[in-house]
Amino acid sequence: MLQLENLSFQVADESDSRKEIIKNLNLTIDNHRFIVITGPNGGGKSTLAKLIMGIEKPTGGRILFNGQDITELSITERAKCGISFAFQQPVRFKGIKVKDLITLAAGDALSTAGACEYLSKVGLCARDYINRDVDASLSGGELKRIEIATVLARNTALSVFDEPEAGIDLWSFNNLIKVFEDLHDIDSDRSLIIISHQERILNIADEIVVIADGQVKAQGRRENILPELLQDTGSCRFYQEIQ
Amino acid sequence: MDAIQKELLEQVAGLHEMPAGAYNIRANGEAVARSTTAHIDIVTKPDKSGIDIVIKPGTKKESVHIPVVLSQSGLTEMVYNDFYIGDDCDVTIVAGCGIHNSGDQMSKHDGIHTFYIGKNSHVKYVEKHYGSGEGTGERIMNPETVVELQENSFMELETVQIRGVDSTKRSTRATLAEGAKIIVTEKLMTHGKQYAETSFDVDLNGEGSSANVISRAVARDDSRQLFLAKINGNNRCVGHSECDAIIMDNAKISAVPEITANHLDAELIHEAAIGKIAGEQIVKLMTLGLTEAQAEAQIVNGFLK
Repeated sequence: MLQLENLSFQVADESDSRKEIIKNLNLTIDNHRFIVITGPNGGGKSTLAKLIMGIEKPTGGRILFNGQDITELSITERAKCGISFAFQQPVRFKGIKVKDLITLAAGDALSTAGACEYLSKVGLCARDYINRDVDASLSGGELKRIEIATVLARNTALSVFDEPEAGIDLWSFNNLIKVFEDLHDIDSDRSLIIISHQERILNIADEIVVIADGQVKAQGRRENILPELLQDTGSCRFYQEIQ
Repeated sequence: MDAIQKELLEQVAGLHEMPAGAYNIRANGEAVARSTTAHIDIVTKPDKSGIDIVIKPGTKKESVHIPVVLSQSGLTEMVYNDFYIGDDCDVTIVAGCGIHNSGDQMSKHDGIHTFYIGKNSHVKYVEKHYGSGEGTGERIMNPETVVELQENSFMELETVQIRGVDSTKRSTRATLAEGAKIIVTEKLMTHGKQYAETSFDVDLNGEGSSANVISRAVARDDSRQLFLAKINGNNRCVGHSECDAIIMDNAKISAVPEITANHLDAELIHEAAIGKIAGEQIVKLMTLGLTEAQAEAQIVNGFLK
């Protein structure tokens, strides 16, 4: 479904020299996979997610989605191709209601009942939220759940979630796990990429990809990668390799 | 009325036909239709242009529509409308002005609306301004609103100007007696080379009076806006003003909030924020499949909704 070929992303740092955030990275994600990308802070995970959505443009390499080269496509075009994205820190809007945002995400006229269904899935009592503005009156956790609801409403082949658990309370967390399990329905071809540090999310992945220092340090089935990750970080060989 | 005048009427007053209740419709400087009710009288002023709207004490759930439309290029007028609202009323007043200028001469409507609101009365006042027409003549409106709120009365004042007015100076002055309350919401968008100036001047004279002035504004292209809000707390009272503005293109916006406490128990707050549309808002909407232009329109429409 998704191929990242020799992907690089450089930025100018303070001294105006180039800093490589992503280094010649290669990664292939098949249909109907539940991938969790993990790794140390500052390792390039969020940047990678943004490169996939088109929010950042790579300085080298190619991105293929279902065989099509989407490297030069805009965010909008990628969204229309079937990629959706849940932000780590969702943005607020003055005057845009929860229902408006979910309707925009669904892409066509959505009944109130339809919008409510997505909210219920993320553990929000739809009646209380549907007509509220997506503004500062919402807590961080509420906003985060609404963000996830917009991705559910998009119903795309590939969904990318950047640290969906951040700011979510324990009760919602259980809900969140179920949302991902449902999304990873066995009958569909769709794939999920979740960026996370959470063991409980790592636990439900098919595959784990460890990104550190802008490169893939390990990729494999959960049962092979997770035990190594769960050992003391200091002794984890994926992390040791970059030190 | 012709098709252009009817379109203006729909834009400023939401009217497809003659409204229920009292009304006075003015087109190109002349009254074209008027209706009164048992409780609401409308009388032409004998000495100058304008009308008196007299609402009897105790009038409930009634409305008055007094829209003005101008479609004759080069027409300028000055109108004085006075509203006498008795005690214990609950009424809705819809004003508004639409100018269609297809010529090259300036069309201008200036109006002074003065409200005397009786004790315990509730008045909702809605005023929309709209301009259209391809002519090079300017469309100018300068509305002035003067409000005297008596004990425990309450006014909701909604003003909207979204399109087509080249120059406007809006002045609103209110004095509030004991327990009186005013809520002002303004929605304003300017484009092209338009100029809009809004000033609110509120005197909270009575004990327990309160004012809330909320402005949402968008300035695009080369337009300019000036927002002035002055609240004087002269007694135990609560006052709040808020100007929230989006700036786009080469526009310029100034917000000058001013609060003065002349009493120890006056609680006054002002807030003013001006900024461009946040990039991440556009990006979020693009990830939902909207183009950049669609995302921008969605954000602006929501902001002014």
